[in-house]
Amino acid sequence: MSHLTDVIVPLLLAAVAFYALSRKVDVYSALTAGAGEGLTILLRIFPALVALLSAIYMFRASGAMDALTDLLRPLLLQLGIPPETVSLLLIRPLSGSGALAAGSDLMQQYGPDSYLGRTAAVMLGASETTFYTIAVYFGAAGIHRTRYTIPAALTADFTAFFTASLLVRLFFGA
Amino acid sequence: MAMAWVWTGMVVLSCVFGLTTGSMDAVGTAAIEGAAAAVELCLSMAGLLCLWSGVMEVMTRCGLADRLARLFHPLLRRIFPRACRDPETLSALSANVSANLLGLGNAATPLGIRAARRMARGAEGVATDELCRLVVLNTASIQLLPTTVAGLRSALGASAPFDILPAVWLSSLLSVTAGLTMAKLLSLIGRDRA
Repeated sequence: MSHLTDVIVPLLLAAVAFYALSRKVDVYSALTAGAGEGLTILLRIFPALVALLSAIYMFRASGAMDALTDLLRPLLLQLGIPPETVSLLLIRPLSGSGALAAGSDLMQQYGPDSYLGRTAAVMLGASETTFYTIAVYFGAAGIHRTRYTIPAALTADFTAFFTASLLVRLFFGA
Repeated sequence: MAMAWVWTGMVVLSCVFGLTTGSMDAVGTAAIEGAAAAVELCLSMAGLLCLWSGVMEVMTRCGLADRLARLFHPLLRRIFPRACRDPETLSALSANVSANLLGLGNAATPLGIRAARRMARGAEGVATDELCRLVVLNTASIQLLPTTVAGLRSALGASAPFDILPAVWLSSLLSVTAGLTMAKLLSLIGRDRA
């Protein structure tokens, strides 16, 4: 499995460049323009990451994280979700950079190639900042009554968390 | 505003716990360490993130994104039968889905909003079933290459940052299906009551 995904990156780079060149697109200037855009994404998450990682580190050092984890441990264990990911679960629907901070904290603490590290990464990749998205879309469309959108969207998030825990165990072992 | 409460809550709770367990000095060090970790993290994930943003830009410029978008027309006609009668809404919807797939969040949102505004005409501020489905589709991200997460993993020293791809794809697919199924169920319940 890891073998296949190892070669995806270089092959994709070559294939996209070749295809673009055959369509007479200036690959190099498109690549550099896009890379510059990547920097603006980074600039946008950087200030939030500073604020949130400080808070998360404090939260963990004070023992509050352990208390919160212990509080929700029985429930999460029943669902097959590792209780250590509780910070990520709670912040994910509210803030994208918050989730990034919580996820990176988990990966750093347990290692990116550990079960917990991988689960955190899959959770991050498979879910979205639900409340932010709802606010932006319905705000722009002038919708006041959201009806069942929030429960349906949270169902999707929860499924992502649940299946992430399950699939990483299946694909990589716990 | 929600994040203001979350952040303040975390910091205040940290102080309360720190004072009661006598770990206040560790909490103080942790605050500084966290801020420093953010700088380090951003620097070390910058390379991968910028490289992939570049590749995505090439894909957009050479028309791969449009081709990807067209692949979704049949599926979108099933999910949004009413909205897709309007060709402009359909094209905004499919561009939204393909931008999401390519991880171009910045491009996806305005396209999705354009579709949402067109779909909301005449709805008088109440979300229609199709509008709810559009938002659910966008809150359950499906990304072909979750570049930010991969960047994060490589920054923290993962041996193969992209080895999580199959798990991410399957997990997103299942979560979108669950979200849309729940939306369908809830809309049926709502109709019975009305």
